[in-house]
Amino acid sequence: MSHAGTIDIQQLHKQYEVKGQPLKVLQDINLSIRPGEFISIVGSSGCGKSTLLRLLIGLESGYSGKLVLDGKPIQGTSLERGIVFQEHRLFPWLNVEQNVALGLLNAPGTQSEKDRSVKEHIALVGLKGFETAFPYQLSGGMSQRVAIARALVNRPEVLLLDEPFGALDALTRTRLQQELQRIWQAEGITAILVTHDVEEAVYLGDRIVVMEPRPGRIKRIVDVSLARPRDRASAEFVAIKDDVLGEFNHEINHATVAERLARSSEPLAA
Amino acid sequence: MPNTTTNNTPRFAWRGWVLPTAFIALWFTATQLHWVNTRLIVPPQGVVTTAIHELQQASFYAGVAQSLWRDLSGFAIGALAGVAVGTLIGVSRLADTLIGPTFHTLRQISLFAWLPLLSAILGTGDGAKVIFIAFSAFYPVVLGTLEGVKGVTQAHAEVARVYRFTAWQTLRRLVWPAAAPQILGGLRLGLIYAWLATIGAEFLLVNDGHGIGNIVFKGRSAFNVELILFGLLAIGTVGVVFNRLATLAEARLLHWRAPQRR
Repeated sequence: MSHAGTIDIQQLHKQYEVKGQPLKVLQDINLSIRPGEFISIVGSSGCGKSTLLRLLIGLESGYSGKLVLDGKPIQGTSLERGIVFQEHRLFPWLNVEQNVALGLLNAPGTQSEKDRSVKEHIALVGLKGFETAFPYQLSGGMSQRVAIARALVNRPEVLLLDEPFGALDALTRTRLQQELQRIWQAEGITAILVTHDVEEAVYLGDRIVVMEPRPGRIKRIVDVSLARPRDRASAEFVAIKDDVLGEFNHEINHATVAERLARSSEPLAA
Repeated sequence: MPNTTTNNTPRFAWRGWVLPTAFIALWFTATQLHWVNTRLIVPPQGVVTTAIHELQQASFYAGVAQSLWRDLSGFAIGALAGVAVGTLIGVSRLADTLIGPTFHTLRQISLFAWLPLLSAILGTGDGAKVIFIAFSAFYPVVLGTLEGVKGVTQAHAEVARVYRFTAWQTLRRLVWPAAAPQILGGLRLGLIYAWLATIGAEFLLVNDGHGIGNIVFKGRSAFNVELILFGLLAIGTVGVVFNRLATLAEARLLHWRAPQRR
């Protein structure tokens, strides 16, 4: 399966207006992503990683620079890009099958093709037999599987994941990380995962983009050239994890010092 | 589904019958022992006799049918308009600023205050009655719909954008289903208000029409207290049936909700 799904980000800047003042959220982001690559983006809160993902899916607009998928500038949402949010965001009045089928509502194809695709993707996420269950009857992990099926059902070129397992318990999270890896390999899709969890980033990513806040920018890109499935206990895995975590320790100390300085200077300024 | 039905099926609620039974017993005793003027407070068996007589008259059923027809056409118009206006105000900020203030001011005016104006323009025929009934169903439906539509989450709206829903798809597949609990609540209230308005219209826009309200009115003119009381019972029964049907419809349409949240 040769999928398109090349993403090119060049000199991307984004700012919000906060009380009339411009606030830089993303500064000079440059990143080229190969088709079928798995990119993990890690960073502390406020580093703009979610904003970057929302720009890629098309729910945010108003940026400067280049944001291109397969040669076409990204503008608004598109069925070529699927997303899984941190919350499952299923429609509670629709059952599993109907929720997954939402992804195909505006996709081309006949009804029978769509039905088949829905069925296949429910099986792909391991929920065969739950087609007619309603969201209130599902656990958090199962709901997130449905959300993954919904995102993949129209075979997008890019799958965006915004801390998709952040709200799940540790066991479910580990299990779903394995599942996501299997699904990504089966679909041959380009994937971009935003996460807080460095272990998750190392387990899944071909490359890890480390971001730092105020303003949000890329600090470092770490290659993970370990064979899959990866052994979380192996020395190489732990070394990469520690390396990435090291970037944060530095940042935390730095931030603490900066905050202390800012606080101690306040009375003087007043 | 099995859970929800077992939870909601009431055991025979005998406690609810204590008060009415005691009341009828007191009523019977009071008239039997002539504690009261039985021309004003007629004995219950008199009401039963009148009821049996009335229930054999084709004119009674014609009257009920007339009232129901007026009620349901008024309700249908009011409910449709209510969902439409409620959705519009809820979805569009422009519509909210344009229509919202007028709507919220007008609804402070008692419904019955509209009657003189309505009858001055439209007379006392079915047209005036149906419009009055539509009005009374309209307000609760708008308010319910508005509340439901405003409750649609940003998170779900983003899902609709990601899958490129058209405006119509967003309404049909997101906004209305998400707002369904509140819309149905408004519709149920509208149904009750419409029935109250049906009877009110038949009392206040008096013409030679037929309806369940006219039966009561006729009873009053003829000083037939039995007939008045029978009319009240008939009106109440229809109201209870409406409410029961609304409850069943709600349970069926909202089966996707977690049982414990009811």
